[in-house]
Amino acid sequence: MDLKTLTFLIVGATFVVYIGIAFWARARNTNEFYIAGGDIHPVANGMATAADWMSAASFISMAGLIAFFGYGGSVFLMGWTGGYVLLALLIAPYLRKHGSFTVPEFIGDRYYSKTARVVAVVCLIIASVTYVIGQMKGIGVAFSRFLEVDYDQGLTVGMAIVFIYAVMGGMKGITYTQIAQYVIMIIAYTIPAIFISFILTGNPIPQFGLGGTLEDGSYLLDKLDQIITDLGFKEYTTNSRLSLFNMFFYTLSLMIGTAGLPHVIMRFFTVPSVKAARSSAGWALVFIAILYTTAPAVAAMARLNLITTIDQPEQEQNLAYKDRPSWFRNWEKTGLLQFEDKNGDGFIQYTGTENNEMVKVDRDIMVLANPEIAGLPNWVIALVAAGGLAAALSTAAGLLLAIASSISHDLLKGVFRPKISEKQELRASRIAMAASIAVAGYFGFNPPDFAAGTVALAFGLAASSIFPALLMGIFSKTMNKEGAIAGMLAGIGVTLLYVFQHKGIMFIESTAFLGNMEPNWFLGIEPNAFGSIGAIVNFSIAYLVAKKNPQPPMEVREMIERIRLP
Amino acid sequence: MNKDQGYWKENISLIIKCLVIWFVVSYGFGIILVDSLNTIRLGGYKLGFWFSQQGSIYIFVILIFYYTFKMGEIDQKYGSNNDQDK
Repeated sequence: MDLKTLTFLIVGATFVVYIGIAFWARARNTNEFYIAGGDIHPVANGMATAADWMSAASFISMAGLIAFFGYGGSVFLMGWTGGYVLLALLIAPYLRKHGSFTVPEFIGDRYYSKTARVVAVVCLIIASVTYVIGQMKGIGVAFSRFLEVDYDQGLTVGMAIVFIYAVMGGMKGITYTQIAQYVIMIIAYTIPAIFISFILTGNPIPQFGLGGTLEDGSYLLDKLDQIITDLGFKEYTTNSRLSLFNMFFYTLSLMIGTAGLPHVIMRFFTVPSVKAARSSAGWALVFIAILYTTAPAVAAMARLNLITTIDQPEQEQNLAYKDRPSWFRNWEKTGLLQFEDKNGDGFIQYTGTENNEMVKVDRDIMVLANPEIAGLPNWVIALVAAGGLAAALSTAAGLLLAIASSISHDLLKGVFRPKISEKQELRASRIAMAASIAVAGYFGFNPPDFAAGTVALAFGLAASSIFPALLMGIFSKTMNKEGAIAGMLAGIGVTLLYVFQHKGIMFIESTAFLGNMEPNWFLGIEPNAFGSIGAIVNFSIAYLVAKKNPQPPMEVREMIERIRLP
Repeated sequence: MNKDQGYWKENISLIIKCLVIWFVVSYGFGIILVDSLNTIRLGGYKLGFWFSQQGSIYIFVILIFYYTFKMGEIDQKYGSNNDQDK
């Protein structure tokens, strides 16, 4: 069977499973719609959280980023896992104890203010919509390559599936679907990694293979360092991302952003107890770590395979363009891989110098192309396509639920129309979902940056607004509504301003009044890493404003006492 | 000092202990000290590189379960019975 048919079959089968589960477990009331009835087992919730969490960026883009940045890619590995420690220790158990349906609801209760709740909704929507954009790009890329439709059509199909899926499911349906998606995703990610690790190093466990030796007895990482530095690239294992200073703040932004992202926090509202919320965060990280410790192996091995295929360092000559393998031809068709024969000799030079003839190697294709580059069987390649789509769909569904519930539960029910019936609230949340898909779709057609970059930005926004408000709400009894509101606005304001001045207002490049150049960056910190600075601004402003305003009322102090006890 | 304050104090000191380890393995070993640790080898890995791409993640997992386990003990010591909490 040819690859295309096989891909249609496998991807189609997974879609049938998702939609089937969504039907079987659809929500009948708001309790089920928002928190899946509140009785999900902590291990099951951990698995669903892992799928909710690991997006197209983790599955498709991350290994590609590491492959090209080397050591510098570590910010994603540490940042996107270390946040779970913060989540388990500082956030999830207390919010679970409070027992609200949404994150803005907690902020509204804790800061005894509808304004605080509305500000939290605005921060949530900005962060989540930015995040959904990354998923849309991932869906477009996966469809365009594997089902051979063009990017825009692929994106449209993807949006339609997300639509059916998110509107049907509610939290209950989404939870069980995400468990299925995790299983597909992790199989699709690890199988090629195991194959490739075994072929290259003789060790089937990628985590060991990465530290293992190649056929010629040299260590894989040493060999990679040597080959790529010979070709004029930077050394793989030491190439830092701009500077160690920038890496520090980038990692910090991703970590506190993780602990402040509402679609992840919401998942901990579905478990039965505070204790379950703690252990569930641990399980989530176990399931995430399986992929995240495999990714660096995939990255290094993909880079090595790509370089040895093209530059053929063991032989006299580089790869001739006319002899290029079929994966090369396939990816050329998508425009994500481009060759330009600068010296007209018919051979491909892929180097880190100006003689480089691989004028475009999109980082996002690395994971998807990897099995083909390594010559793995077609069913493995088809499986990777299904895994990439599972990653994008599961995260998109979780994000859309966070957006929709904040509009229907916080804005409509909480602030503007407290008297609407449960049925009306359910309908409103479904309409809100459709609207957010449309907005995300618009940005999907005009993507601002490669997928992981856009996602990193969402983390900066969550880090600078929501995380500090939650942390102070739990650990400080004196933080009042004035301080929290001013802090959130200042944090997200500073972060957005910094991003927009370097990347363009609403990501329209021509409106970037300071230009996207390193010399203009504050202390050399890149825009995607600025969330941690925004969080520091948030804390400082909140503290200053809080001191000048009255302390929170007695009942709020009692509420804080209550959520601190399990 | 009443019972609830004692519970909260023990929780805070456990959190601080865990967060120190969290900081040291990622920001310390993985970023700030990476160059000096890279002079040490762990098989085919440079040690600093290993911490930043493998080791820190393993330790994060252990940390969360350690915290959960210790908090379970503290919960029991102060006689809370949160499994019935809905």
